[in-house]
Amino acid sequence: MEIDDFITAIEEEFDDLNPGDVSPNSVFRDMEGWSSMHALIFVALIDSKYDVLLTGDELKSCVTINDLFDITLLKINGGGANT
Amino acid sequence: MAELILKHTAIKAIYSVVPKTVYKTHDYPYFSEDEAKMFAKTTGIIERRVAATNVTASDMCFKAAQTLLEDLNCHHEIDLLVFVTQSPDYFLPASAAILQDKLGLPKTCMAFDVNLGCSGYVHGLLLANRYLQQGGLRKVLLLAGDKSTISTHEQDKTAFPLFGDAGSATLLEYDAKGEDWFFDAGTDGSGADAIIIEAGHSRMPYQSFDDQDIEVAPGVVRSKKHLAIDGMAVFNFALKNVPKSINNALDLAKLSADQLDYLVLHQANQLITDSIRKKMNLPKEKCPSSIGNFGNTSSASIPLTLCSELSEALKNERLCLLLCGFGVGFSWASLLLSTHNVATKLLEYD
Repeated sequence: MEIDDFITAIEEEFDDLNPGDVSPNSVFRDMEGWSSMHALIFVALIDSKYDVLLTGDELKSCVTINDLFDITLLKINGGGANT
Repeated sequence: MAELILKHTAIKAIYSVVPKTVYKTHDYPYFSEDEAKMFAKTTGIIERRVAATNVTASDMCFKAAQTLLEDLNCHHEIDLLVFVTQSPDYFLPASAAILQDKLGLPKTCMAFDVNLGCSGYVHGLLLANRYLQQGGLRKVLLLAGDKSTISTHEQDKTAFPLFGDAGSATLLEYDAKGEDWFFDAGTDGSGADAIIIEAGHSRMPYQSFDDQDIEVAPGVVRSKKHLAIDGMAVFNFALKNVPKSINNALDLAKLSADQLDYLVLHQANQLITDSIRKKMNLPKEKCPSSIGNFGNTSSASIPLTLCSELSEALKNERLCLLLCGFGVGFSWASLLLSTHNVATKLLEYD
């Protein structure tokens, strides 16, 4: 699992994102019009692509795309409270 | 583990009723244009039906049941009426008792309410089977409906545009030659707070709480007497439990998901139903959706989807269906069943 694939999947999921718009240091809550709907789409995307279900608390603990990637990777490898 | 094999029950008819009034997502005044687009994309809801102030869930179910009983001419054979709802007419008596009288059912007919939401229709089918399969009762009328819009605050962007109103009536009868049904269910009450109306009943009676509106998050205004929903918690609950429950019912039947004609899920929102469908490796065509036209209609969403999306197939084909309801409680139930020659109707309430 590479962060580039992770970022590409995110850019493909949102209509208003273009390739190159997202970097590991992007703060995902700074996306234009961020709402609880965006949060659900992130969690659904990660579940669908990586079979990892992030809880609301886990999402809250993340700030950047890299944080999301790290917690997803941790759960793929058997860490976290809710794999 | 609540896994059961059910015998000797057939569904004869399913009628659903929705109010005439249409609310469109794009007309919701508290959404910006972008928010409306994002909401429609995520939930799948383009429009939904909303009942008038003086119309209750029992009124919509009454219309469905009255039409069904007239069409099939079987008032006198109903031995049990079950009304699944979380929006009854009164704290007491049970709305089922009022419906027994209004529908002109015999006084020998048992009638009771079941306080379940999104999982309630499937639990109701199990209850009907439990009473029918011994052969003592002739027919059961299962009503499932909710007026969820009475509980949501107009300025709560997370709840108000999500729910629609609907009622349904399903007629079941004893069938000595009926094929087996396969049932799985569960409960996780640790999720009680994820979908809740806190105030207005015994735990927090009226006049004992502050019913002022509060902005609990940007664009989310409600008081304790309104329905509150935690979408992320519901998503997590559903994805953790629903595929397992569906697989348990399939295992019990010794079938695989691709042998189903249709998987009919509670219409929670499109993101949840699509995620479950993908986990089951099923194509979109096998997982009918009605949420675009009706929103989340709680206990009525499965019968409404059957009436709106599978009417012809239910009438003309022998189907292997898996119905799965899940939500408030948390509670869930899956039922694998066969149907043949089921009459359906989708009606509007004026």
